Amino acid sequence: MSQTENKQGQVETTGHVWDGDLREYNNPLPRWWLWAFYVTIVFSVVYWILYPAWPYGDSYTKGINTVEYTVEGEDGEEKTVSEHWNTRALFTRDMQSSPSALAQEEWVGKVKDMSFEEIEQDPDTLQFAMSMGNYTFGDYCAACHGAGGQGKIGLFPNLADNAWLYGNSYETIVNKINNGIQGMMPAQNVAEDKIDDLATYVLSLSGEAEISGEAASRGKQAFASCAGCHGAEGKGNEAMGAPNLADAIWGVADVPGCGDDVACKVDEIKHVVNNGIQREMPAFGDRLTETQARMLAIYVRQMGGN
Amino acid sequence: MKHESIEINSGLLIVLTLAVISIGGLVEIVPLFHIEETVEEVDGVRPYTPLELRGRDIYVKEGCYTCHSQMIRPFRDEQLRYGHYSLAAESQYDHPFQWGSKRTGPDLARVGGKYSNEWQTQHLVDPQSLVPESIMPGYPWLLENELDYSQIEDRMVALKRVGVPYSQSQEEYDANVEQFGADMADKLHVGNATEVLESQAGAQNWDGDPNRITEMDALVAYLQMLGTMVDFSKYEDGHFNQFR
Repeated sequence: MSQTENKQGQVETTGHVWDGDLREYNNPLPRWWLWAFYVTIVFSVVYWILYPAWPYGDSYTKGINTVEYTVEGEDGEEKTVSEHWNTRALFTRDMQSSPSALAQEEWVGKVKDMSFEEIEQDPDTLQFAMSMGNYTFGDYCAACHGAGGQGKIGLFPNLADNAWLYGNSYETIVNKINNGIQGMMPAQNVAEDKIDDLATYVLSLSGEAEISGEAASRGKQAFASCAGCHGAEGKGNEAMGAPNLADAIWGVADVPGCGDDVACKVDEIKHVVNNGIQREMPAFGDRLTETQARMLAIYVRQMGGN
Repeated sequence: MKHESIEINSGLLIVLTLAVISIGGLVEIVPLFHIEETVEEVDGVRPYTPLELRGRDIYVKEGCYTCHSQMIRPFRDEQLRYGHYSLAAESQYDHPFQWGSKRTGPDLARVGGKYSNEWQTQHLVDPQSLVPESIMPGYPWLLENELDYSQIEDRMVALKRVGVPYSQSQEEYDANVEQFGADMADKLHVGNATEVLESQAGAQNWDGDPNRITEMDALVAYLQMLGTMVDFSKYEDGHFNQFR
């Protein structure tokens, strides 16, 4: 580091003296530092000219740099808008014409124009729809239905099993995604002396318990009030979202969690009968575009068996 | 004044240092209060109802902001995941705002309506029961704690003093009817606060137990409102660029 020396050959100081003999050298700034400082000044002037910078009154200097994007005019024709540089305009442009936006748009356009059957036949489009569906599922659906669609017994339906409460046509799935679901089974008022038989009878439909003789007929009789939705044989009703009770798949009563303990299984069923079910899936129609919902439906449908 | 007299007088040095440093802050902040476009003109943004307001207090009390932001930035990736970028107008009644600066968990600016009340409650009690891979801690006491809303009027008056248009006089109420509609104006009237809070808590089964008003009720009501006030479908692409 260079030191300026005065005529007497001594290093120049700032002239302050502390505690009688403490002095501070007055050395020049390092040249590289000084030049870097000048460069920042030049940079800031260039920046002021190009970008929004100085406030004045109720506005500010907007800079001469611009961002262009297109808007749809009132006559339906696209026109190009040029605006002073700002992050919102950059964002609008990015959403319209960045390379990733254009690439996505191309494929989304294909999905939009094809029927579900056509998409199934076209591996590339199918793959795109599946990966978009996967992403959408992760953000919107996985919170309840689980990352793998496994759901949560008693709360949120399992999408990865073979049971489809409302059926698994693409149209139905899209409809449910867009409009949401109010799942409701009213609490049943079953007499104390009948409810055990009813529960055992329900379990017997899927072979989870055995019932015979008078108990069976009492259970079957009590099941009459369930048959309106679940069907006379307990096979369910897709139009109402009433589950099939005759398969081995359990969505609300945690029968599998009971192992071989029949009393526990009966309690699970009784709990559902006595308390009913109230489940809600929000409507996502306002949050997803039509094509997003369709791609999500493709993804969801392949999760479960058919 | 000689430079030396500043250097040897620490009191003066402190005052002058503060003066110089504050220039940097002032030139960045003060103009925002004068520039017309800072807060966008947009329909739908309103102050929080008493129940939502208590929910917001609980959001702050439990420190949700330390892991969750409420600020969607104007980037493509964020729009695709979270929805429309946040507007300044959407936090105009927030004191203090909950933008946050840390996203250990996801952004919550538009979480309202995304999941059901049932999910929110279960998830707050035990996040891992629904999302096994989650690292969020559980907040089971929210469901046990009765909501204390004895000071709700005072809380609203305090916010009113810093500019949130809760009404106390007939005149203020009428202005709110004009701006937010009669239904909402009733909810924003300080005199009605307790009654409004109780009726909103009862109107929807926020936490699964209609007989008690818990902290969970308030927090879920707040979360389900987040980001839902503005109907963005009414505005074209790039509409909000004009405010920049």
